[in-house]
Amino acid sequence: MLNKDFEVVNQDYQNMGKVSSQIKKMLLEIGFDPKILRRIAVASYEAEINMVIHAYGGNIHMDVDDDGLITLIFHDLGPGIPDLTKAMTPGWSTANEKARNLGFGAGMGLVNIKRVSDTFDIKTSPEGTILTISFKG
Amino acid sequence: MLAKDIINFLDAKPIFIGSPQLLDKEYNNCFASDLMSDALAMISNEDNSTVLLTGCCNVQSLRTAEMLDLDLIIYVRGKILDSDTLEMAKDLRCNVYTTQFTLFDACGILYSQGLKGINAK
Ligand SMILES: Nc1ncnc2c1ncn2[C@@H]1O[C@H](COP(=O)(O)OP(=O)(O)OP(=O)(O)O)[C@@H](O)[C@H]1O
Ligand SMILES: [Mg+2]
Repeated sequence: MLNKDFEVVNQDYQNMGKVSSQIKKMLLEIGFDPKILRRIAVASYEAEINMVIHAYGGNIHMDVDDDGLITLIFHDLGPGIPDLTKAMTPGWSTANEKARNLGFGAGMGLVNIKRVSDTFDIKTSPEGTILTISFKG
Repeated sequence: MLAKDIINFLDAKPIFIGSPQLLDKEYNNCFASDLMSDALAMISNEDNSTVLLTGCCNVQSLRTAEMLDLDLIIYVRGKILDSDTLEMAKDLRCNVYTTQFTLFDACGILYSQGLKGINAK
């Protein structure tokens, strides 16, 4: 039904979140329920920020199928997550000072994303991280 | 608690009023934090009748509000917004205020007047 790619720019602190804002608006236009949109927006925003502050930017792919299943794929360009178990622990963070000053670095992002999404899959290597989440619309 | 009462109790001054009609809106609870992913964690399952109190006054505080459909944000310790952040408040048509109280005191005042926090379970 809908297929779109968005670029996320490395270390662009001022604009991070803009893609998630666009995604939210597009899905609202299609007619998805605001409650589901809130979950999607929260997950997308957290993942987009991670791409900017921990990785080197990358690409976000959105797919909405005919049954209303929404899939978001966040593909960044590295450096990967050395220890996923630690990264998924609430409160664990390597965020730098700049990210913290903007209100990030609580170590809650990945946990939040997993909690609000219907499916959650993460693949990571030094070449990059691919996070795939989906929502039943 | 009505928006206009919250504003009154905190002696908050408007930075930008995007939706004057929402001053009569009832807010069921309040969340206070300088950490945006804490706000994203706590508020994401609620309806949009949460007021956000924060000392985090950059663009990302309003992005967070946008994701959660929050429409009343009160900045503590007299903080104000830079021009980019103000522009965003205008785009989002939310109501943005500033109070001289610290985060702790602002919470205490609202709590003692009967406004509840989010059930953290
Ligand atoms: N895309 C990524 N690439 C590399 N490392 C990542 C990526 N996403 C997360 N991490 C690592 O996992 C840790 C935990 O991520 P998480 O999003 O849960 O918390 P955070 O980003 O540090 O803080 P918060 O999201 O609460 O603002 C990060 O501090 C970082 O070390
Ligand atoms: Mg994060």
